[in-house]
Amino acid sequence: MTPAIEIKGLHKYFGANEVLKGIDITVEAGQVVCVVGPSGSGKSTLLRCVNLLEEPTEGTVHVEGIEVTDPDADIDSVRRRIGMVFQQFNLFPHMTALQNVMISQRRVLKRSSKEAEIVARDNLNKVGVSDKCDAYPSQLSGGQQQRVAIARALAMDPDLMLFDEPTSALDPELVGDVLAVMRKLAEEGMTMLVVTHEMGFAREVADRVVFMDGGVIVEDGPPAQVIGDPQHERTRSFLKRVLHPEG
Amino acid sequence: MSDQPVAAAPGRARLSPRKKQKITRGTQYVVLGVVLGALLLYVDWASLSQNFAKGDVAEKALPELFTIALRNTLIYTIGGFVLAFVLGLIFALMRISPVRPYRWIATIYIEIFRGLPALLIFLLITFLPLALPGFEVPGGTYGQGILGLGLVGAAYQAEVFRAGLQAVPKGQTEAARSLGMSAARAQFTVVIPQAIRIVIPPTTNQFVSLLKDSSLVLFLGVSGQYVELAKFGNDLASQYANATPIMVAGLTYLIVTVPLGYLATRLEKRKGSGR
Ligand SMILES: Nc1ncnc2c1ncn2[C@@H]1O[C@H](COP(=O)(O)OP(=O)(O)OP(=O)(O)O)[C@@H](O)[C@H]1O
Ligand SMILES: [Mg+2]
Repeated sequence: MTPAIEIKGLHKYFGANEVLKGIDITVEAGQVVCVVGPSGSGKSTLLRCVNLLEEPTEGTVHVEGIEVTDPDADIDSVRRRIGMVFQQFNLFPHMTALQNVMISQRRVLKRSSKEAEIVARDNLNKVGVSDKCDAYPSQLSGGQQQRVAIARALAMDPDLMLFDEPTSALDPELVGDVLAVMRKLAEEGMTMLVVTHEMGFAREVADRVVFMDGGVIVEDGPPAQVIGDPQHERTRSFLKRVLHPEG
Repeated sequence: MSDQPVAAAPGRARLSPRKKQKITRGTQYVVLGVVLGALLLYVDWASLSQNFAKGDVAEKALPELFTIALRNTLIYTIGGFVLAFVLGLIFALMRISPVRPYRWIATIYIEIFRGLPALLIFLLITFLPLALPGFEVPGGTYGQGILGLGLVGAAYQAEVFRAGLQAVPKGQTEAARSLGMSAARAQFTVVIPQAIRIVIPPTTNQFVSLLKDSSLVLFLGVSGQYVELAKFGNDLASQYANATPIMVAGLTYLIVTVPLGYLATRLEKRKGSGR
């Protein structure tokens, strides 16, 4: 089967600064892969190279067999199949929750307003914010905003989802709601590439955990190995800091 | 650091701060009183009111003050504003475009039209038919006035729009693009509607500016049905050798500009306090 995401020899420079130094990752359809690593290691950049929010400097990225790094690729149509969830939610503040979830269905998929609304309500219901359809983002808690953002991505019927630290901007008591939604998605078989510091989530939900540091992949394997029994010193010291911040 | 309380300098200040403040304020009132007194004494109020606020001359301004002059001022201003708005949006988008020549063209336009006195633009417009034989600004006198105001206003409005567009966080575009919207689609559905909210207060101020600049239509050599407030006041003033009509025209401007100024300030405040 064609992998959902196949990244080969990916390098990314910002000016003279090499942020990704030769990354190879494959995510099979239906897999959940969590990317962990210290701040500045290039996790966001890696994720953003998958849907070309950043242009890779070198190497190839295939999404469902289509080379997105090919200059002739129809990037808009590839992006339709890739849902992306941001740390800062990035909901459209001038639209209600319902409109946020409807707008790209209407404008991109050209769904009728009736159909778009049904799909939007379904998805808002699924993420547990159906009672907030008419609220503006500023009237929602961070956790609610993030769940609306997830519904917005899901409404496009994506084949895979990218999450960039979806719970890092949330108050601790709101993290659980968002993780629960992601867990449910994973159980339904959604292909997910997740940058996160939530080790509990990675351990329980991920098929594989990738540890990145300094623009390279240090370790890539099942959670029991990468989190439970890390082979590299860098992974061990990182995990120690994340799991026991006080110690 | 020592934990001794900081002692007030003993005996140095013979006046308490409050007393000092009282004296300063008292002095200000005295100065004000003296100046007002001098004005009352030395200004010839009778002659002043005779020349600047003469009731029967003011009456001569009615009803044309409103039916022609104010109406035309509003036509020139609103027309110019609409043109400035559309052109300004185009130049703002060009100015932030990834296509370099677009950026150059927009920058050059904006710099030139902000750098020149508006009056100069109006004077040049009167020469347009000479420069381009056979060319006529559509809409005649109205068209010329609107064109002048629109060209000048567009340069300022473009900068207002650019600031507004750049104030919309980059994450908004990224979210829109990752939902599969094209760059243009993302601009029009996500960025521009937010930018418009941001630019409403400065745009209101821009409108007030255009309203005042519409007085420059005077230099297009307009007459009759086309005169606006300034020209109207000036013509009547020459006719009666009396400045009252100019004062009346001025008051009429203020009736429009002052409330708009307050409106802009209120919108600004509301924008500051959240959504
Ligand atoms: N647009 C950009 N221009 C220049 N440098 C950038 C840009 N984006 C990221 N970088 C740099 O690339 C490096 C990796 O950034 P990235 O955001 O991918 O790290 P990260 O692993 O996601 O970190 P964090 O956990 O803090 O989110 C950093 O040094 C950052 O300063
Ligand atoms: Mg990041």
